[in-house]
Amino acid sequence: MDIERERGITIKSQAVRMPWESAGQVYALNMIDTPGHVDFTYEVSRSLAACEGAVLLVDAAQGIEAQTLANLYLAMENDLQIIPVLNKIDLPAAQPEKYAEELANLIGGNPEDCLRVSGKTGIGVDELLDKIVATVPAPVGDPNAPARAMIFDSVYDSYRGVITYVRMIDGSLSPREKIQMMSTRAVHELLEIGVSSPEPEPTKGLGVGEVGYLITGVKDVRQSKVGDTITNQAKPAATALKGYKEPLPMVYSGIYPIDGSDYPVLREALDKLKLSDAALVYEPETSVALGFGFRCGFLGLLHLEIITERLEREFGLDLIATAPSVVYEVTMDDGKEITVTNPSEFPGGKIKQVLEPMVKATILLPKDYTGTVMELCQQRRGNMIDMQYLGEDRVQLRYTLPLAEIVFDFFDQLKSKTAGYASLDYEETGLERGDLVKVDLLLQGEQVDAFSAIVHKDKAYAYGVMITGKLRELIPRQQFEVPIQAAIGARIIARESIRAMRKDVLAKCYGGDISRKRKLLEKQKEGKKRMKMVGRVEVPQEAFIAALSSDSEKKGEKKAK
Amino acid sequence: MAGPLPIGDPAPADGALPSQALVGAQDRTFHAYLHIPFCKVRCGYCDFNTYTASELDGAKQSDYADVLINEIEFSAKVIAAAGLPSRKLSTVFFGGGTPTLLPAEDLIRILQTLKDTFDLAPGAEVTTEANPDTVDAEYFKKIKAAGFTRVSIGMQSAVPSVLATLERSHNPENVARAIAGAKAAGLDTSLDLIYGAPGETLDEWQISVQAAISLAPDHISAYALIVEDGTKLARQIKSGDLDEPDEDLQADKYELVDKLLAESGFDWYEVSNWSKGAQNASAHNISYWQSQDWWGYGPGAHSHVGGVRWWNVKHPTAYAVKLQNAESPAAGRETLTERVRLEERVLLEIRVSQGIAISILKQVSNNAQKLISEFIADGLIDPKAAIGGYLKLTLKGRLLADSLVRQLLAD
Repeated sequence: MDIERERGITIKSQAVRMPWESAGQVYALNMIDTPGHVDFTYEVSRSLAACEGAVLLVDAAQGIEAQTLANLYLAMENDLQIIPVLNKIDLPAAQPEKYAEELANLIGGNPEDCLRVSGKTGIGVDELLDKIVATVPAPVGDPNAPARAMIFDSVYDSYRGVITYVRMIDGSLSPREKIQMMSTRAVHELLEIGVSSPEPEPTKGLGVGEVGYLITGVKDVRQSKVGDTITNQAKPAATALKGYKEPLPMVYSGIYPIDGSDYPVLREALDKLKLSDAALVYEPETSVALGFGFRCGFLGLLHLEIITERLEREFGLDLIATAPSVVYEVTMDDGKEITVTNPSEFPGGKIKQVLEPMVKATILLPKDYTGTVMELCQQRRGNMIDMQYLGEDRVQLRYTLPLAEIVFDFFDQLKSKTAGYASLDYEETGLERGDLVKVDLLLQGEQVDAFSAIVHKDKAYAYGVMITGKLRELIPRQQFEVPIQAAIGARIIARESIRAMRKDVLAKCYGGDISRKRKLLEKQKEGKKRMKMVGRVEVPQEAFIAALSSDSEKKGEKKAK
Repeated sequence: MAGPLPIGDPAPADGALPSQALVGAQDRTFHAYLHIPFCKVRCGYCDFNTYTASELDGAKQSDYADVLINEIEFSAKVIAAAGLPSRKLSTVFFGGGTPTLLPAEDLIRILQTLKDTFDLAPGAEVTTEANPDTVDAEYFKKIKAAGFTRVSIGMQSAVPSVLATLERSHNPENVARAIAGAKAAGLDTSLDLIYGAPGETLDEWQISVQAAISLAPDHISAYALIVEDGTKLARQIKSGDLDEPDEDLQADKYELVDKLLAESGFDWYEVSNWSKGAQNASAHNISYWQSQDWWGYGPGAHSHVGGVRWWNVKHPTAYAVKLQNAESPAAGRETLTERVRLEERVLLEIRVSQGIAISILKQVSNNAQKLISEFIADGLIDPKAAIGGYLKLTLKGRLLADSLVRQLLAD
């Protein structure tokens, strides 16, 4: 994907098989490159479950990041043989000695055991491959048992349909066989089976322990579900392999086309992305202010960002995404329970309790920034679990935080307060009761659903002041005064007003001015089409985008520097 | 004639008018505008089609009357060839630039050619704009004798610091002298004022308005300063040397001038124009707002005949060459559809005190009724007039006229 290249990150896992000769013997190495980011932890965990060993790659210029720890933990949980490696040692800023020490502290062993490589120049790669052969055990499994293949990835290809990546645990599969999905009992014919090296290469089959791909002609990744077990229809296995936990959306956002007539295009685009991204969920939603769109669920903020970027890029759409929201479980006094994924659906009336999702966050940072970061976590309703020194100058902070407090701009703030050095990883830890209220925004008395937000009671006032102030700057003056109010229920907590525009008339309109004046008017009429009407108030699309984006001024500042 | 020329269709070399121009011509009056594109110096705010001696590049002021006379003769042929009915000129207007940079004899010769070619209707209004530094009592006597009826003097401001910001070079005392001379010659008089120059206070504006009133002209125009792209003023504002005019202060100044003028017996009859009684309103300018027929002579001048509009090439030299070759000097033209003509009526007629018939608004907008009720609620139009079938702007509405037009023409 272009986005992966541009951002230098991995979003989709990639499997590859390569031959390697070590000590006079040829081995087949099956490897999977996984994403590192927390949003894609589920991709990592299912890849790890398909392997015997893990190469823990650490950037020799940056050192261990919070997500390194998270992935290391997953690998150890899976009893994998871990090979610590420092990559990018060719960089001038590389500090292999320092980070080898850190790694050794973390996983035990000597700093000297940590391999030093450069993927760019190839230094140390041979030694690494030899070490893999020497330390990672060969796969175990019963070649004669009924076939059991674990699906660890499933992607949609517009020419070939769904390509399913599997690891053979027991037995073998060959082309033309009838295979069966053990969860759904659905039967497909194996049209093609092969290995990635790294281009797909058809083979006569996959034997026990091998990693490869298969194609059956199905068109939807949901028919070839990650975590499912594939067996042979004629000689089926008795029990399925232990699958994966299905990832649940953590963050929701309303996605709307700027041009309302693009709605069908957006629907089609989401349907297409869904084919290769089983984690994406969405359903139609209508907003008074933004028109027709979809409420989409994402694994996290990066996932949200990538999906919206792909929608815009690959499908040529102009989109507005509402502020990300988490899922709240609301219990009413009468015992009724409501799941809220969109703040505007937050119920009025007597509420008994609101549960909000919590996370355990791990933050790694240079020790000089500890105070600043603790302050940030405090502001975000965080509770410190512990603090540890990882090396001489690196600190690991662990906090319990409401997910809602980190979905908006926490990561940006963390980065900007630590000159970019801090890293963050988090895992969901369940629901907790929160003192939460819904703040609505009213323009000339009319509620603008896109700006409703669920916030902690103590922060409602600050939020109200912030959003009303922001909108006062963003909405142009109208020919009447426009009050902007933030309210909790019927109680107004903040108020601003846009003064009425007093002058909008061209002073001169004589014979030679008429054509120009008329053309100006036509241009302004075009501009009006990009306005959304809230009651009688014309709100430019830009105002929605700017108000919903996190602190646009701060971003501008950063760029200016 | 501000800014670049519009983009339109090509104009034919012989200037021939399509048959549409004839429809209803009998019911329209005919008018002449003559553009004199010369100035001694260029003012910082001005983007009119005008040239100082150093910018002229070959075209000579002394030959200019003859070039204009060429176009008058050319226009007579085009009108005859189109089969338009013969109509006398209801008004003539010399504008610029600075028409009074030409000797009185040149203006008189041009007017005489118009009389010989089209004749003047009884009581025709004949106006020239004048720069107070370029005219004296003698000049006015001469043109009055030749048939001019009215003079419009560019006063702009009575405050020296404001005139300096505008880069107006005239001596404020000359305005009084010019008005006195024009009155002595028996001409009707008008003064032009500009408000909203960077740095001008409300008090300074009041001084200017009172100074204008004290000269007792028959007519006053007061224009909000427009910062036009490409002018020196625009550059000075962009670079931060001058402040951008504040819209709220502009509105205050408009309300002030309207109040002071009303107190002195001037009635508003168009957004930027006030006169002592209806008889002193500019008949020529009213013809623009009524979509009458007019021929604009001179470089960059616009003409309009029955929904056909064209505009001449901008540079005086290129203009003269075209006419020498017996070609139309038009650079482009547009033939307006019925719908666009109606839209133009809305944007023009809404500006005048008489207002616009609501029946016309209903032809251009399905939403007219709802909008009109909103305008009444917001105090932008006169409710009584609306009940009587006319949309008439209130003071508040005049300041927001363009916004009303946009809403009326939105669908």
